[in-house]
Amino acid sequence: MAKSNKPIFWSLFAAGGTLAAFLAPVLALLFLLAALGHTPTLLSYAHLHAFAANWLGKAFLFGVIALFLWHAAHRLRVTLHDFGLRQDAIVAVVVYLVAAFGSGLSALYLLRM
Amino acid sequence: MTSPTPGTARPSSGSPPSGQGRGRKPFVRTVSKTGWWLKHPRYMRYMSREVTCIFIGAFALLMLCAVERLSKGQAAYESFMATLQQPLGVVGLLLVLAFALHNATSWFNVTPKALPVQIGEAFLAGKYIVGAHYAVWIVATLVVVFFAGVL
Repeated sequence: MAKSNKPIFWSLFAAGGTLAAFLAPVLALLFLLAALGHTPTLLSYAHLHAFAANWLGKAFLFGVIALFLWHAAHRLRVTLHDFGLRQDAIVAVVVYLVAAFGSGLSALYLLRM
Repeated sequence: MTSPTPGTARPSSGSPPSGQGRGRKPFVRTVSKTGWWLKHPRYMRYMSREVTCIFIGAFALLMLCAVERLSKGQAAYESFMATLQQPLGVVGLLLVLAFALHNATSWFNVTPKALPVQIGEAFLAGKYIVGAHYAVWIVATLVVVFFAGVL
């Protein structure tokens, strides 16, 4: 029996979905407040830069960005199938590559700070 | 071997079925590949849950851009945050917030199915599992709000 890579992608989907359920609304609220001109203290340059300079802050930002991306990638793969796009092999490669590339970039940017 | 694909007509090629002069006329339910989910409110609720991923993904890319600008210095970061104040930014973030809330509630509401808790022979009632998730969600939200200096 061939090994399946499904558990890996599904775990990332589930972990990202759980993290997004707990944190995406409040994080979206912080950015919305900034967009409305009431920038929360944390999103000011000095505070966010200090947050990202700390290794705990780096881990938090990397975890949020990477897991949100992997969650969205896996669910988008299934959703595109549901909308009638049946080229699953190509869709899977594209969405997972974007998630992997985005995760790598976020790590790169965070390590530069 | 291959069953007729929904939404496609059966091929007329091949030898006619042997029988009493009448060809078989099987009932093939036609299902639209792209619009099937418009047929029932339950399907639409399913799709509303699935499309939240578009907004979660877009928000992750927005945060990735913010981190990239942050690594380029104060001027780069502050001009990026200023562009969010355009109407498109506000509307986009409102949509992200709405779909993030929908993802959260739909995610928590199925936790009794995903994480059943067995105590002896019986299973813990679903409302306690859902309730615990909502309680943690409220605490996590308040912690972030205080940490971010909103309140």
